[in-house]
Amino acid sequence: MSTPDRPLSPHLQVYRPQLTSVLSITHRATGVALSAGAILLAAWLIALAAGPESYSRVMAVVGSLPGKLVTFLFTLALYYHLCNGIRHLFWDAGYGLELDATYASGKAVVVASILLTLATWVVAVTSGSGT
Amino acid sequence: MKYRTALYGVRGLGSAKDGTHHWWMQRLTAVALVPLMLWLAFALASLGSMDYASAATWLAAPLNTVLMLASIVALFHHAQLGVQVVVEDYVHREAVKITALVLLKFITLLLGLASALAVLRVSLSG
Repeated sequence: MSTPDRPLSPHLQVYRPQLTSVLSITHRATGVALSAGAILLAAWLIALAAGPESYSRVMAVVGSLPGKLVTFLFTLALYYHLCNGIRHLFWDAGYGLELDATYASGKAVVVASILLTLATWVVAVTSGSGT
Repeated sequence: MKYRTALYGVRGLGSAKDGTHHWWMQRLTAVALVPLMLWLAFALASLGSMDYASAATWLAAPLNTVLMLASIVALFHHAQLGVQVVVEDYVHREAVKITALVLLKFITLLLGLASALAVLRVSLSG
């Protein structure tokens, strides 16, 4: 499709980053990252089905310091995408589309995803799963 | 005077019957994933130990087996729908785009099936 005369919106670089636009692209970025995370979940389940040896090999990677850091970041990405996804569902239903409401819900999403991440890891460390 | 028929104008634009299917399935799987992912994260966090025996016993419990299978279906379907849009937005060479979209569908389906089989093997052997 060639439409050379069609007016184009300005390139993204000329915009000052705003909370709304940063959260928007973060939703997409975390979505792509979590799709890679789904491959890790598959690897964990397949290793569990394959037996103790393969399971301990996978857990050696997950339980290492870089592995724990990646798992922590996946938790944060999951909760961000989950909370912001709920924000999107409200928008789909026609609620919260006013400018002040989008900023308020955006801030709420950031706070909620951090709190959920911390809560999950407090539970994990307290129970022993995260150690 | 226009000699083109109305049919000519819409040919190649896609089906008129399932225009909202992608959109709707993305929302439906999203709604399902909210409780499922909260369950998965907190269930694994509160497991106490991630060793082989604890993980296998946990997954083999009927409720956990069913919820994990549901999570796999919703998660891989949702991932496929989401990454598809990213590919469609950023990949402009038609051949590369089509190849990527087909591979994406095949890979997510295979990973989903392999994950589901793994869950069933753990659940039914325990």
